[in-house]
Amino acid sequence: MDFDLILRVYPYFLEAALVTIQLAVLSIILGLACGALGAYARLSRWASLRFAGATYVSVIRGTPALIQLFILYFGGPQIGIQLDAFEAGVIGLGVNIGAYMTETIRGAIIAVDKGQIEASRTLGMGGWQTMRYVILPQAARLMIRPLGVNINAQIKGTALVAAISVVELTYTAQRYIGSTYKPFEMFFLAGIIYMVIIYITGLGINWLDRRAQIK
Amino acid sequence: MTNEQPFIDVRHAQKSYGTLEVLKDISLQVSKGQIVAIIGPSGSGKSTLLRAINDLDPLTGGEIWLEDKQVNKDLPHRQYEKHINKVRQEIGMVFQHFNLFPHLTVRENITLAPKMLKGISDKDADKLAEEQLAKVGMSERIDYYPSQLSGGQKQRVAIARALAMKPKVMLFDEATSALDPELVEEVNLVMKALAEEHMTMIIVTHEMGFAESVCDRVLFMDEGVVVEEGPPEIIFKNPKNERTQNFLRKHLNG
Repeated sequence: MDFDLILRVYPYFLEAALVTIQLAVLSIILGLACGALGAYARLSRWASLRFAGATYVSVIRGTPALIQLFILYFGGPQIGIQLDAFEAGVIGLGVNIGAYMTETIRGAIIAVDKGQIEASRTLGMGGWQTMRYVILPQAARLMIRPLGVNINAQIKGTALVAAISVVELTYTAQRYIGSTYKPFEMFFLAGIIYMVIIYITGLGINWLDRRAQIK
Repeated sequence: MTNEQPFIDVRHAQKSYGTLEVLKDISLQVSKGQIVAIIGPSGSGKSTLLRAINDLDPLTGGEIWLEDKQVNKDLPHRQYEKHINKVRQEIGMVFQHFNLFPHLTVRENITLAPKMLKGISDKDADKLAEEQLAKVGMSERIDYYPSQLSGGQKQRVAIARALAMKPKVMLFDEATSALDPELVEEVNLVMKALAEEHMTMIIVTHEMGFAESVCDRVLFMDEGVVVEEGPPEIIFKNPKNERTQNFLRKHLNG
């Protein structure tokens, strides 16, 4: 292993890692928004909204994220959607993880004991008040860990946008291979940096989960 | 029943799940301050009937009236919600599994609905919680979480939570069935105290002794019908119907 080479190029990898982190953070925020809306739709009283939510989830989960990115980035201009690679990356990844988060959030909400809804409703509280003050505070605690799994997947998933030439960590590794002919070192370095990001994120999620548990 | 207008009036209650008929044309009148026990084997429809009274399990036929208001109205969603949320404030309910809100303290469990629905101040809500907890002997646990309480204590808090809405009627759905035997008495005592205050109560129970000592009237239900009803001394000591006799034989000796 060529450690001198790694020491020489790692600052450029760290810069690229910042792009990876930006992609992850922005797409996770978008994903959470899509997930919340998706869960709302899937749990709606209206059949048309439930159908829309279910369609979103099955289309996204039924196709490769890479194809979704390609459709958005390469196919988009054909139907009048012009995005630069970074934008396409954030939107594509966000909408993708949003479908998984939809199921996570919905699962946590329906996992709250039905007796909680009954108790709240018999006191005279409305459907929304019950959701806001009784169900969601309990569901939020239940969803931290599974959302953590989604977030973990998303951080690794950002590597896909190398395929639409966003200059993030994986793309940068590929680029340096082109000039150094050292794929082992370059991918090894990129892998280590992914691991550090994921490890730190995991610590954050554990901390949040511990803090949120009901005494 | 005298000619007094009933406080709760169940008229020809009917409920089916598909082809399964769980309530078959049940009528029941309860006057103000009366305490009615509903007994019967599991699957007899007694919980379903109780849960129909606040429209938690809506009937498929018949009417439920509380004083001069019909409870189970057929209204468009928004109007129905507005209507039922108002009516339910007047009907307290206590569940077998307590259903306390685990993320809230005892105090918050009690004050949540009054604050949301009656817009009372934090100070008044605190006073309300203290009053209601004193009634059920739980004052010292006001800042505990439900997970820190025993089953009997949880149920007493659940009763206090229902009472904090100042309901006109209390419904008890097997309130002591999930409790360890040694914890049943403390909950029964709270219910007895309520009876002495002439709270109108409908109690679904397996505790024949409690039903006999507290209730004015007992209904024996089986297979979706009221088989027999009357004052406890008649139902428990001298039931006429054979099904009632068989049921009581099992439960009084068991």
